[in-house]
Amino acid sequence: MLDYKVLSAGDTALVVEFGDRIDRELSTAVLSLAQALDAGPIAGIVETVPTFRSLMVHYEPLVLPESSLVAHIDEQMKNLTARQVTGHVWHLPACYDQRFAIDLDDVARRTSLTPQQVVERHSGLTYHVYMLGFLPGQAYMGEVPAELALDRLATPRTKIPAGSLAIAATMSCVFPLETPCGWHIIGRCPIPLWDHARATALLAPADKVTFVPVSAREYDTLVTRASEDVLRLEPVSEFFGAVA
Amino acid sequence: MNPALRIISPGLSTTVQDLGRPGFQRLGVALGGALDPLALRAANSLVGNPGNTGVLEAVYVGPSFAVDADDVRLSFAGADTAIEILDDAHSTAGETITPMRSIRVRRGQVVRVGSLKNSATLCIAVEGGFDIAPVLGSVSTDSRGKMGGWQGRALIAGDVLPLHRATAIERDEYRIDGLDLIAPRCCRAVLGPQSDYFSDEEIERFFATEYTVSAGSNRMGMRLEGTPIRHRCGFNIVSDAIATGSIQVPGNGQPIVLLADHQTTGGYPKIATVISADLPALGRLPIGSKVSFAPITVEEAVAERRKLSAAIDEIGGKLVRISTPSAAVAARLLECNLISGVYDAAA
Repeated sequence: MLDYKVLSAGDTALVVEFGDRIDRELSTAVLSLAQALDAGPIAGIVETVPTFRSLMVHYEPLVLPESSLVAHIDEQMKNLTARQVTGHVWHLPACYDQRFAIDLDDVARRTSLTPQQVVERHSGLTYHVYMLGFLPGQAYMGEVPAELALDRLATPRTKIPAGSLAIAATMSCVFPLETPCGWHIIGRCPIPLWDHARATALLAPADKVTFVPVSAREYDTLVTRASEDVLRLEPVSEFFGAVA
Repeated sequence: MNPALRIISPGLSTTVQDLGRPGFQRLGVALGGALDPLALRAANSLVGNPGNTGVLEAVYVGPSFAVDADDVRLSFAGADTAIEILDDAHSTAGETITPMRSIRVRRGQVVRVGSLKNSATLCIAVEGGFDIAPVLGSVSTDSRGKMGGWQGRALIAGDVLPLHRATAIERDEYRIDGLDLIAPRCCRAVLGPQSDYFSDEEIERFFATEYTVSAGSNRMGMRLEGTPIRHRCGFNIVSDAIATGSIQVPGNGQPIVLLADHQTTGGYPKIATVISADLPALGRLPIGSKVSFAPITVEEAVAERRKLSAAIDEIGGKLVRISTPSAAVAARLLECNLISGVYDAAA
């Protein structure tokens, strides 16, 4: 069983920490504990927030004392030896056209690849959704191929458009809303990752994502269909198992 | 015409807030909610609303607005300020009141809230609440997520905020006595979750330092200035979740306390976390004010939370009927006396 530490984050939240690095084994532990706690909720747990290497559990201490919550978590951990998580598998259209990919040439230069090779590398594998954070619906997907791993921009942009597909270090993100951003923008996704009308996120922690390159024309068609609400992207399948 | 408040001037930044939208942080949705939830509850209590009803939260400089309804009952709770009730937008003088009370305002009258003192925030509640659809269970404004509140943003001049009620309920006005909503000098905090990134000396220094709340503070976070806190082993951590009240220490050693609109995840070590019972007080600290932090155990913090919970339950008991009759009531009393012949002109 993986070691974990339970840390206080004030009097209404605990952090169950499995380590201090980004990797799939830790993520499996985080997500399986999150799913176990969410599946069999006990009175006093308010919400769980999975991140790369830890799970925050918000609770009401006047209902559920810290010691009882820790005991409950320890009990859950004992039963999680198989560490299985469930999620959805998505094929997410991505347009790497120059119209949107304002940093693609720069990324190619920095990585000594051609822009086409950058696109092939980025779209040539399946990403694991480690967590959602920063903005509603914003999924942190990893890992970007090692040869595309770049530090963030020295000077972040004050504004990037919603839907921007970007990379930084080992992560890739689609930014659901216009936002300041220091990541390298290599494309745009025509499907909203945050549905404003329904207030729902497309992706969830533990999902799997493959980016499917589309042309600028296909992008425009998909954007129109999504805005008219006739396009609802559905997952390709479900999976059940370790996230590795 | 649908009953509404029409914004003439938004003040510095006025937003619709309730107690926030817990339950969706795993989707990257911020908690949000009033910076001073106790002021929110007090304002709502004064107009008879449930405690979690959405209010207007002003910071530093209050808004001006006109009443587009037959009459409305408003209340004000939080910072000290002068609130002018003018007969119309062109009036220069009118009745001036102070917060921690309710008042009935009629159609066409203009409410002008001044600069806020002794707290960064003022909650303005309206009897019956605003007719605004909740998003994920809350009407709180999420400016970064561009959702909730009024069009997902702070108010601007010309906004017309629809109200549930067209007229005020016939009842007396109330004030609240004995509820302290001024900014604190000290907040209590529990160590962690990343206090192991700091030596014992640095932790001692953190709790011994009197900090100044610096410019750049906003609803997301309060930036502090004081003796820098040094990290033992670097200041970059793998991003993890953030609790409201988390005190993170970035590379420059100047702590940032995460407030209601904090993002759900972050990548700096968190030396301590302000206890839940002190979050309402924390939210009152204006830029330029001094604050220090005192260590406390989780057990003690829970006891304080229990006390705060009891204090919230007792807000209703602090309501006092305002005995001074309004101008309209005074005129009517006068009229009655004249008719009955009891009125003595020499008295």
